[in-house]
Amino acid sequence: MLQGWVIVAASFAYLGLLFAIAYFADKRADAGRSVIASPYIYSLSLAVYATAWTFYGSVGRAAADGVGFLPIYIGPTLMVALWWVVMRKILRISKRNRITSLADFIASRYGKSALLGGVVTVIAVIGILPYISLQLKAISSSFTLLLQYPDIVMPATLGKVPLLQDTALWVALILAVFTILFGTRHLDAAEHHEGMVAAIAFESLFKLVAFLAVGIWVSWGLFNGFGDIFTRAAAHPELEPMLSPLNGMAGSYASWTWLTVLSMLAIMFLPRQFQVAVIENKDEAHLKKAIWLFPLYMLAINIFVLPIAFGGRLAFPTAGVDADTFVLALPMAQKQELLALVVFIGGLSAATGMVIVETIALSTMVCNDLLMPVLLRMRSLRLNERKDLTGLLLGIRRGAILVLLLLGFVYFRLAGEAYALVSTGLISFAAVAQFAPIALGGIFWKGGTRRGALAGLIAGFAVWFYTLLLPAFARSGWFPLDLLEHGPFGIELLRPLALLGVTGLDQITHAMFWSMWANIGTYVLASLLFAPSADEHRQASLFVDVFKHPSEPGGARFWRGTASGPELHSLLARFLGAGGAEAALREHARTRAAGWSHEAGADAELVHFVEKQLAGVIGAASARIMVASVVKEEAMTLDEVRALLDEASQIIMYSHRLEQKSQELERTSAELRAANERLTELDKLKDDFVSTVSHELRTPLTSIRAFSEILHDNPRLPDADRARFLGIIVKETARLTRLIHQVLDASRLESGRTEWNESLVDLRTVIEDTIAANAQLFSEREVRLEARLPERVPPVTADLDRIVQVIVNLLSNAVKFVEPRRGRVEVSLTEEGEYLRVDVRDNGQGISEKDQHVIFDKYRQAGDTLTGKPQGSGLGLHISRQIIEHFGGRMWVSSRPGEGACFSFTLPIRASSYARAA
Amino acid sequence: MEEFDPRAQRHAALCLLGLVLFNYPILAAFNVEATVFGIPLLYAYFFVAWGALIALMAIVAERR
Repeated sequence: MLQGWVIVAASFAYLGLLFAIAYFADKRADAGRSVIASPYIYSLSLAVYATAWTFYGSVGRAAADGVGFLPIYIGPTLMVALWWVVMRKILRISKRNRITSLADFIASRYGKSALLGGVVTVIAVIGILPYISLQLKAISSSFTLLLQYPDIVMPATLGKVPLLQDTALWVALILAVFTILFGTRHLDAAEHHEGMVAAIAFESLFKLVAFLAVGIWVSWGLFNGFGDIFTRAAAHPELEPMLSPLNGMAGSYASWTWLTVLSMLAIMFLPRQFQVAVIENKDEAHLKKAIWLFPLYMLAINIFVLPIAFGGRLAFPTAGVDADTFVLALPMAQKQELLALVVFIGGLSAATGMVIVETIALSTMVCNDLLMPVLLRMRSLRLNERKDLTGLLLGIRRGAILVLLLLGFVYFRLAGEAYALVSTGLISFAAVAQFAPIALGGIFWKGGTRRGALAGLIAGFAVWFYTLLLPAFARSGWFPLDLLEHGPFGIELLRPLALLGVTGLDQITHAMFWSMWANIGTYVLASLLFAPSADEHRQASLFVDVFKHPSEPGGARFWRGTASGPELHSLLARFLGAGGAEAALREHARTRAAGWSHEAGADAELVHFVEKQLAGVIGAASARIMVASVVKEEAMTLDEVRALLDEASQIIMYSHRLEQKSQELERTSAELRAANERLTELDKLKDDFVSTVSHELRTPLTSIRAFSEILHDNPRLPDADRARFLGIIVKETARLTRLIHQVLDASRLESGRTEWNESLVDLRTVIEDTIAANAQLFSEREVRLEARLPERVPPVTADLDRIVQVIVNLLSNAVKFVEPRRGRVEVSLTEEGEYLRVDVRDNGQGISEKDQHVIFDKYRQAGDTLTGKPQGSGLGLHISRQIIEHFGGRMWVSSRPGEGACFSFTLPIRASSYARAA
Repeated sequence: MEEFDPRAQRHAALCLLGLVLFNYPILAAFNVEATVFGIPLLYAYFFVAWGALIALMAIVAERR
């Protein structure tokens, strides 16, 4: 079934499906229901990292040196672990500044420098070309290979084909059309390419499924699991190097480490990774899932690399089959036609995904950071006078995509055959790694300057070019190989593969070592030597301190000058179209709650807004040029910018302090509220007290007064009556005195003005004496009183009179609440560990649960105060508890209504005093 | 400062852990002639350690 037309039809059907997905996603986005606003889609789109290199090349690399393919995926895993620090910061900065590409990001950081943006673009294009050519090579060779079915013939052995019959050319052209169709629909590059992202996510899913399918088939269809493959491989001595992969050479570990570092940087600074991770990101929170889902994807797509590599070496023992094609050649050799087709489409999806995103990202950079700044400066083109530039911008981007793919094809024709897939890709990795120092330095180090960045970048790139690209050209026959062997002009120290005589490293390690030294060294040195301009200083601060500035970076504060509203409006209209400009300005006016009209003058806010809108379309550097062309700007000096920045940081500090103060205030006011509630409660208690006490005082007073009046008015009263009345008066007066005494006592206890006479007290004696003294009270009401006291108890430290007061209080309470004649009161004393415990139990009516909680409070009495006559002041128990607690004891009540009550208290035995007493 | 919140520090610690796990000399310790279920020890180590690291990253990232 694998005729040529089937393969071509399947490929086009696949591309058609992609296009349908993209179309659908774009429609949904227009309707406001985005399909890509999901952390899962975001994670899948990041997997555009896995290209044809991963799909075909990893197996090729593994077949050569075992685990050598792994650092390319372990490095990104480690970098992603740092994304919460690094990527979140880049995302925040990019969203605020409407960054459109990696070049825009770097240019923007270093004072919106058009020159720097241009250099970054040139380096990115040159550096990425080998990578694009790699994808074209993978597609065309897998296609050619599949076309030979059922024979397995390596494409390289077929010889050079004429230009027009080269599949790679047609692949390049088809991909260009395809990319143009879905990459350049919108003009605003800072907006999301929803359709593209949805299609990429689908491609990631498809290539994973295809690779897993072939992996599972090889492992369990062709062999009997992993163990079987490795055991069989061990029997072949020629596979020995694959089985002991890092064979102890120092160079092995060094290159392992460098490859890890290299891919850590690549995952951040490959233009397409920057595009999907930063520009297409919809929500910072998606990072949370991506941080582990993306590494998981890489793990999944790598599990079967080694089994396939070993399986391939076992199945094709002769060197006739290139290991880069094992993934496809294995199913072909076993006549698995459908699987072979799925694998081919999987490889196609891996390659197209990379090409689409990479060329979109690069075309944005070429347009915004390379061509526009130049075109806008060329007065002869009179671009400033054109009414609408949207068509021009789209044209440039589309042209750039086509040119990039054709350049990739040219590189493939000229140099593509000299290297395996992975080696070609690594050359590109090393190129984009040159962006790392100035980009990472830019967001964490305010000291980095434009000149430092330019110098570092150019130095690093020059070394890269000399040690990696030049040798690649030389091997392809463009240069005499003599240069590699003996150095330029025969100077051995300058040999590109052993610079300054450094040998023993592999080519990538060697190039990375020297280029990073040159890059970082020059960047830091030049930054320290040359002072930054005001623009650079401002941008550095806005980038590095992005988390310190609460919301808007306040770029408007750094602008001073005069501008007219209409001019800004027409400027915006030239890039956004008339409708777009109108809508943007209205929106701006609405957020600032101000009316908008064409005629109004422009303030700094508006100028800043227009510049930001333009930056979203043509990049920060070009936007700056455009805005500068219509407004009169007064240059700010470095000192002014510094002063403004200081002011800003001071304001932030003040607002921090203010926040602290207001929190303190909140706390204090909460405390005040609580205190106020307590006071209100106390006030209510006081009112209760006054009414209770006055009631209590009035009763005896009334009877005293009544009997006194009788005595006063009736001088002839019989002596017996007179004596009886006087007796009542005396008793009531005593009661009054007792009451007042209690009130005073309670208030003294509370204010802590009581004097305590502490001594060693024998509780047993105290209880016996008190019972004896109050026996009268009990016999009067015919209540039985029992005491259960041990022979001997250790003494406690307390005030004797006070303890007597407590016991008397408990006894008189008990006798009050039992029925005469049937009542029984029992006093017991026990030793409980370090405490002595006294229980006074009665068989009265008991105390309800509710009352148990309050009877120890001041002026509270058990029972219904409305109907039952209160007996006593309600202070006795309160005072008793205060006394007991003063001596470190505890007092409580346990009772069930109807079954009597038991009042208990404890007093601590003091070990030392016990010992002394004994 | 927001960029050095506890979550960021945990992630940074995991990155350092990964750098140690996948470098000399730990790699050398596993780079010996031995097999686990027929799979060379070093290969088994890579995928197990890698998976474990990802699991840790998931825990740190998803924790509130």
